[in-house]
Amino acid sequence: MERVMMKGNEALAEGAIRAGCRFFFGYPITPQNEIPEYMARRMPEVGGVFLQAESEVSAINMVYGAGGAGGRVLTSSSSPGISLKQEGISYLVGAQVPCVIVNVARGGPGLGGLTPSQSDYFQATKGGGHGDYRLLVYAPGNAQEMVDLIGLAFDKAEAYRNPVMILTDAIMGQMMEPVVLPPLREVSPDKPWATTGKKGRSKPNLINSLGIVGEDLERINVELQAKFARMAADEVRYEADGVEDADLVVVAYGTSSRVVRSAISRLRQEKKKVGLLRPVTLWPFPQQILAELAAAGKRFLVVEMSAGQMVEDVILSVNDRAKVTFFGKLNGTVPTVKEVYDRIMSLLPEGGEE
Amino acid sequence: MTHEIICAGFGGQGVMLIGQLLAYGGMLEGKEVTWFPSYGPEMRGGTANCSVVISDQPVGSPIVAEPDGLIAMNGPSLTRFKTAVKPGGVIVYNSSLVTAVPALPGVKICAVPANELARELGNDKISNMVVLGAFLGLTKAVAVSSIETALQQVLPARRHHLIPLNSAALRKGFSLVTE
Amino acid sequence: MKKIFAYPRALSPKRTHYCPGCTHGIIHRLVAEAIDDLGIQERTIGIAPVGCAVLAYEYFDVDFLEAAHGRAPAVATGVKRVHPEAIVFSYQGDGDLASIGMAEIIHAATRGENITVIFVNNTVYGMTGGQMAPTTLPGQKTTTSPYGRDTATVGYPIRVCELLATLDGPAYLERVSVHDPQHIIKAGRAIRKAFALQVAGKGFSLVEVLSSCPTNWGMTPTQALRHIKEVLVPYYPLGVFRAPEEVSGDDA
Ligand SMILES: Cc1ncc(C[n+]2csc(CCOP(=O)(O)OP(=O)(O)O)c2C)c(N)n1
Ligand code: SF4
Ligand SMILES: [Mg+2]
Repeated sequence: MERVMMKGNEALAEGAIRAGCRFFFGYPITPQNEIPEYMARRMPEVGGVFLQAESEVSAINMVYGAGGAGGRVLTSSSSPGISLKQEGISYLVGAQVPCVIVNVARGGPGLGGLTPSQSDYFQATKGGGHGDYRLLVYAPGNAQEMVDLIGLAFDKAEAYRNPVMILTDAIMGQMMEPVVLPPLREVSPDKPWATTGKKGRSKPNLINSLGIVGEDLERINVELQAKFARMAADEVRYEADGVEDADLVVVAYGTSSRVVRSAISRLRQEKKKVGLLRPVTLWPFPQQILAELAAAGKRFLVVEMSAGQMVEDVILSVNDRAKVTFFGKLNGTVPTVKEVYDRIMSLLPEGGEE
Repeated sequence: MTHEIICAGFGGQGVMLIGQLLAYGGMLEGKEVTWFPSYGPEMRGGTANCSVVISDQPVGSPIVAEPDGLIAMNGPSLTRFKTAVKPGGVIVYNSSLVTAVPALPGVKICAVPANELARELGNDKISNMVVLGAFLGLTKAVAVSSIETALQQVLPARRHHLIPLNSAALRKGFSLVTE
Repeated sequence: MKKIFAYPRALSPKRTHYCPGCTHGIIHRLVAEAIDDLGIQERTIGIAPVGCAVLAYEYFDVDFLEAAHGRAPAVATGVKRVHPEAIVFSYQGDGDLASIGMAEIIHAATRGENITVIFVNNTVYGMTGGQMAPTTLPGQKTTTSPYGRDTATVGYPIRVCELLATLDGPAYLERVSVHDPQHIIKAGRAIRKAFALQVAGKGFSLVEVLSSCPTNWGMTPTQALRHIKEVLVPYYPLGVFRAPEEVSGDDA
């Protein structure tokens, strides 16, 4: 299979096109501009639509329209823009409209900075908008996963009729790595619920999130919760590397998992028993495996580029059965391999060598 | 074997390109590679740099903090990164723009008068290729021929007529340190 | 003796981060001169946009608020309602004001909010790397209109002064340019007048300034100035689109 070098952002954009995405609506913001810029060049070549909206608010509502009409639709932005999309995301969930939303996150709060950050974890996984809802959230760990997970994201979004989010960051977006691209898929949408014009159907289709009658709203919510429960049961993904015989399991996703991996490979050369647990889905969170590892007596270190967000889910998962330590970065910089290495060393039991 | 490399210089000196060529060349040799640029506001104010990792193993952090290879195309980049280079590492710098470099313990330092050599070949703009050639000669990070193949893929078609010139520059730099 | 060239008091003596040949700096200077002239430095409050002028607060020696992208007129409204005696101005780019912030500017204008807006139109999103703006000219290539702005699919540029002139709210609307010394002098007068009207309590004033972005236009500074004169001015005609009768001309 031919490998090509691509920037993460471009790999993601091409991956979306290969997965049959033909509609893109977005608004410029660093560090995700490579995605709309790529789409502006590429969509016309595949007969798709690229439209620069006048704002993120508008872009997410274009997504609502295009997704509701049955299109495979993508929008991307970075943190401040994702905040603006929250109202629309809540409506998309309420009306069960599939779509994919990419957040190439940067440091916040407020205007923040352009540097990479993982401080939008809460927003992505706990529901950034109003109402009782969940998004399936994927966190790619390399350029290949940018391609693979965006393809999967479209399929899952349509299978569950729910928005799916890709949460990544500036390092993943700007870095170039070799990728193998899948062949171009044309997806012929079989979406009987979509607003296409009645075309002989006896009942008109409606895309709507209004539940003005209490019982209606309850029915909608029961239906949604059942769907989220199915997602939680079936969609967990993670990578476990050397966790079985580890004394310490480091939990990290995206860019921090890359730094952790470098630190761990140094430690393993020194015969230290350290494993990596990398959540690929941030929601649903890989609770089960963490609970099992905790029961097996492991200790945990969580590394994030934030003040500590995912660490709360790790603590919930291990449920007092294990000690969880946190190491984070707040200044928009990435932890260095040495920092992570030193932190792990400080946590290893005395004489932890074989 | 893992090579962790920083390429740095003024914007416009082609440091991003030589970094990409290294990564591309590594990929063509079946290695795992990453290329990571400085971006955004860091770019304003003149200096650009990128990190390249070439390895037999999957690459962890794409950000190189302690390189074993540094390509410095100008003075400010040399000043900024030289002390980060690991013992046993290599620094290749453009001596057309930088005067005297004090020795660093355990680090091999190589001066390449890249602008002069490039001018001899008839084009100032390929000074980056001369330095890259010398770097390859010293580190064998990837083969010159892999970089030549990479040029075909990295350069847009309308600039392919420049490939022979780029090759000549690479080979000039390479032979400077190997002969 | 009259001093011809002096550093405006309302401007901090700092080096700006703007690219060589960018006219944001000139516009800053004109705003500062107007503030000096009217003696309002101690009661002026600026609102910085999100765009290349995001750091405007670094360069003016007056109080400042940084607004979210496009929301400066709403922020200015809030400030003005708390301090009606303050002189409140926003400084906004074309992406900021005419795209994401279109609702805020229209509503501030139609309310006749007694604020001054300095609107810097350089036909691109400068800060984010030269994407298409609502003001990008037909056919103009940008990073998100790589084949040139196609009016069949993305429509036409927005002429903000003309658009706002359809409302009854604004007191003063003028478009100026800064591509040569004569035009800079005229621009300075317009900006001074806009502030003077606010001081006189006349209501909403906006000055649109045609500005250069050599970096994203891919031009030298001189080419960029010529581009304003030869390409932008014909599309965006200079002139007054709304002026209150009682305050006229240069002595406003
Ligand atoms: C909500 C949100 N969306 C997008 C951005 C990214 N952004 C920063 S500046 C800018 C546009 C700047 O263009 P313009 O207003 O024309 O100002 P210029 O830089 O050209 O002076 C954008 C889209 C942001 N900061 N916040
Ligand atoms: S990018 Fe354009 S608008 Fe921004 S500072 Fe540079 S020249 Fe000025
Ligand atoms: Mg602009």
